[in-house]
Formats: sequence, C-alpha cells, structure tokens
Amino acid sequence: MRWIWIDRFVEFEPGRRAVAVKNVSLAEDHLHDHWDAFPIMPCSLMVEGMAQTAGILVGQARDFKEKVILAKISRAQFDDIVTPGDQIEYHAEIENITPDAAVTKGTVMRNGEQIGTVNLMFSHIDQNLAGQQFPDENFVFTGQFERLVAPFLEAGDG
Amino acid sequence: MTETEIFEIVAETLVEALALDDDEVTATATLTGDLGAESIDFLDIVFRLEKSFDIKIPRGELFPDNIVNNPDFVKDGSLTEKGMAKLKARMPHADFTDFEKNPDINNMGELFTVQTIVNYVMTKVNGQ
Repeated sequence: MRWIWIDRFVEFEPGRRAVAVKNVSLAEDHLHDHWDAFPIMPCSLMVEGMAQTAGILVGQARDFKEKVILAKISRAQFDDIVTPGDQIEYHAEIENITPDAAVTKGTVMRNGEQIGTVNLMFSHIDQNLAGQQFPDENFVFTGQFERLVAPFLEAGDG
Repeated sequence: MTETEIFEIVAETLVEALALDDDEVTATATLTGDLGAESIDFLDIVFRLEKSFDIKIPRGELFPDNIVNNPDFVKDGSLTEKGMAKLKARMPHADFTDFEKNPDINNMGELFTVQTIVNYVMTKVNGQ
C-alpha cells in the first residue's frame, strides 16, 4: 500500500485553495479491518487526506522549498460516515502562511455533501524556533506528491 | 480597550487554541504548566491573537526566541545575568518576580502566563 490518500486534485489555486478527491474502494485493504462486517473509511485517514491536500497547497506556496510537516490538528469533526463507493472531496484553504508555519481550514465532502471539518497547522521545520537541523534533502515532497499538482501548475504557466 | 475586554478575548483565543474549558483560563495560569500548551501552540496562539485583535506580532516579540540556545545567556541550565537582562528587555510585558529567584531555564514557562499575553496585547492595542 502507498501512503497517499488523495487520488487527484480537481482544483488548485496556488497559495490560496485546493480541492482533491479520493474514491473509496473495497479493494483497499484497510477497509476490511475497519471493519470486516461494516467497512467505513477511518476518520484518521480522512484527516490524513486533508493533511496531504492542504500540505501540498502549503508546500507549493513556497515552491516546495520548505519541509512542511503537520504540526497540529486544530479541529477535526466528522458528522457522518464514508463507505465504499463514496467519493470524498477535501476542500482546503490557506488561512495564514508565514516563514515558520501555515494554518489551513478545510471541509470534507461526501458525494457533494459536507460531512466534516478539518483545520490544521503546518510547520516549516527548517525555520523552527529551537534551531534544530534537518537533512538538506526535502523528504516531505517526493515526486509522487509533486506529480499530483503538476498539471495545474503547467496550465498556470502556459 | 480595557484590560477586562482584552482578557476576555485572550481567554476565548486560548480556549480555542488549546481546547480548554472556559474556567481554566485565569490571569495567573501558565501556558505550558497549567494550560498544557506545547511549542507549536505558541505559534498558533500568536496567529489567533493577530486575527482576534487585528494586530501584527513580529516573530519573537511576544514569546522571545534565540535565548536558551545562546551560550552567552545560559550556563549550567540557568540564565546568566546577561541572559536575564536580555530577556527582561525583550519581555517588558512579563512578571519576573518568581523567575528571578530561580532562573533555571526549566522554570521559564512561569513567565508565560495569561496575564503576560494580556499585558502584551494592551501595549499593542492601546500603545501603552
């Protein structure tokens, strides 16, 4: 299994907002453990899906130069369940971005209906106040994540 | 704005940022010891205060950085005289009475109380 919890971006406005979709399929192993008799998409993985959507949005805003790490889940609320066959949309918006960190707010939609809120905070870890050092290589943004957003950036450049 | 008005908004901000109950926020409560704030929460609090009060808080002004990792300012786990002078200059909004008695850097959290934030915001909002 690959640790990627969004299928593709459907909207991407650099530095401002993005929408990613995830189609939930019974072919995914984790659904059979959560749970076999009644598979539902774990809320924790929807928080991860939002973190990937918002994290890529935040990373792109600094041209993927910063190492963007999820630092805080300010709020995560889910009012309904997501089951196989559903399509999730993660709508993320940058509320604030500074040299050290970024705050995003987001809504989670299931087949077009809002079912959740996930507000997050990301740290640009090379700018941390404790002065800790991290490897030069950007281990956060690998090719896989950048490829997801590439079509929008190419369209924007052209 | 009056101090009471500022306190109320600061308290609401902390309740939101740290997921607290309303009655947990008192003027003397320390952010880390009493209210359970972690390092990233300090940045979150700064962002929220900027929004709540429509002010700009330059990095390191409310919660000073680059003090404890400077060998000139810390010796054997305690602030040196120079470090103390620097910190006091950087934090005119904090009450140093207790911390000065035992300036162990592990006690620095005592400086970051709800009242410290209220004092700081008062200087920003009222220019005093």
